[in-house]
Amino acid sequence: MKDYLVFVLKRLMQLAAVVFAGISAAFFITHLSPISPVETIIGRVAGQSSFSPEAIQALRETLTALFGTDLPLHEKYLNFWLRFVVGDLGPSLIAFPTPAMRLVMLALPWTVGLLVTAIVMSWIIGNMLGGLAGYYQNNRFLKAFGVVAMGVQPIPYYIVAFLLVIIFGYFWPVLPISGGFSMNVRPGFTAEFIFSVLHHAILPATSLVIVGMGVSFLGMRALVSNIVTEDYVTYAELAGVKTERVVFFYVIRNAMVPQLTGLAMALGGIFSGTIITEQVFGYPGLGSLLVRAVNGGDTTVVLAVSSMAVIAVATAIFIIDLLHPLLDPRVKVK
Amino acid sequence: MLAIVKDLIRYNIEFAIGCVLVGVIVVFALASFFSPVDPTLIYVAIPDQPPSGQYWFGTNSRGQDMFWQLSFAFRNTLTFGLMVAVLSRIISISVGLLAGYLGGWVDRVLMFFNDIFVALPIFPILILFYFVMRSDLDMYRLAFVMACFGWPFDARLIRSVALGLRHREFTRHAVFSGMSARRIMFEEHLPYVMPIVFATAIANMIWSIGMEVTLAVLGFTNVNIPTVGTTLYWANNHSAMVVGVWWWILIPVLLIVMLFIGLFLLTVAMNEYIDPRSRLRRMGGA
Repeated sequence: MKDYLVFVLKRLMQLAAVVFAGISAAFFITHLSPISPVETIIGRVAGQSSFSPEAIQALRETLTALFGTDLPLHEKYLNFWLRFVVGDLGPSLIAFPTPAMRLVMLALPWTVGLLVTAIVMSWIIGNMLGGLAGYYQNNRFLKAFGVVAMGVQPIPYYIVAFLLVIIFGYFWPVLPISGGFSMNVRPGFTAEFIFSVLHHAILPATSLVIVGMGVSFLGMRALVSNIVTEDYVTYAELAGVKTERVVFFYVIRNAMVPQLTGLAMALGGIFSGTIITEQVFGYPGLGSLLVRAVNGGDTTVVLAVSSMAVIAVATAIFIIDLLHPLLDPRVKVK
Repeated sequence: MLAIVKDLIRYNIEFAIGCVLVGVIVVFALASFFSPVDPTLIYVAIPDQPPSGQYWFGTNSRGQDMFWQLSFAFRNTLTFGLMVAVLSRIISISVGLLAGYLGGWVDRVLMFFNDIFVALPIFPILILFYFVMRSDLDMYRLAFVMACFGWPFDARLIRSVALGLRHREFTRHAVFSGMSARRIMFEEHLPYVMPIVFATAIANMIWSIGMEVTLAVLGFTNVNIPTVGTTLYWANNHSAMVVGVWWWILIPVLLIVMLFIGLFLLTVAMNEYIDPRSRLRRMGGA
């Protein structure tokens, strides 16, 4: 137990280091941007109607104080961390004056809901099928599935998603290809809204499952086909343990542990995946927000989304790392 | 080296198919050196022509001959992939061999950075670079940035091999005969990790080209340089699918899928070759 606590502490320190390094990098990279939020807003405001030069000057001073753009970089950096710990990153630029954090929080449920469901689903299906394919190596269906999985794997996710859009939006338009819910449905906790959300999630989720499933399928099949040859499996079979029991509790159970790392990596890839998924399917979420912010030169929102990404990804990997020794007694925590 | 390739082609059908697929794309990309047109010019041909004898791959809505356009695109994409692969190999070999051979605190420090790099979400970071550099983010800069993020997994792999080599007899002989650490690493240990380096280099190319395509499609690179990604970007920009200019999208997608499957088969074949058990099974020796 004491070893485990030491292990948790060590991993926690590493988590802190990753989060710190990641967010600092994001801060410094975004602050190299030549776009000044103050001038952008003034340009937007002054473009719509005419103001006296004094009013513009007053506006400029207020905005400069608000964004803190006149401070030297190290003070900005310190301020950033002081405000970051209380969850305040400042006003956004694309939807001024809505706080950037609020925009992120509005987008987050969409991303997490779609991505986590799709990734966990593809992980479970892929591993189950992969386990069976490794055990029943002569099954035609599973063999064919393996060939398809091999063929899909090297194709970048974008192309798969794009092909789905072309097929279901152009050749056989049966599913909605864009948006998170129908235009004429009011968001709320109603059956109609929930159905609409699920209906719109089918295509993006399918694209994620197609790509994710292949990876865990191939990994699992390789692991299982090695485990099957081990003595304890042969022994269990000879001793008359039921086949299903051997497959699920003797073989797949043991192969599951390394596959957990795969799940951690897939969850880690969430933010890479989400940008593309949301862009292709016009889905509301962090990815769309990030793309909008980048195109609008919005430093605060870009920084908020990337900080969120760093924290979420590092935490997911951290949690799965902690589960590792608990699930597999052979893993030494030292 | 040549004998290995010969063996692979003879005994490994995946390797042979992979070679053919990648070979076709490479020849196609090399054709751009004999191109009669400048790929950066627009409206030099009749727009929206379907594939025909004159325009093999048709022309796009920007009035460009798709055959030469794609030829340049693949040349740039392949160059990009190779650049990332070579640069990131240099980092991963150095880190892997140093950490594996020297061990101790060098190993711990390097692996600490390695773990951080593994955990960083690369795609958002690349978008950050675009956010700052805008259209200055050309192929070469992007390749350099991606190389800085593409090494950690392979460095770990190389380190694990180098760890095993450290306690082998020949390493001890080399140490006692007064070889320097640098020479042991690069003359004695490097040849052992070379097969891994080649296999991971191809896997790395798949990764980096996929990233480039994705970034470019979203418009997050300099879209005026023809690459496979920017070709698709312009196709989307002109709503090629809606207008019915299907060849603008279908041909590049088919070609890039061909390249990816080819490269993937090469890695599979290489990985199998590295593992002596599966190599024996394949050649019928076991």
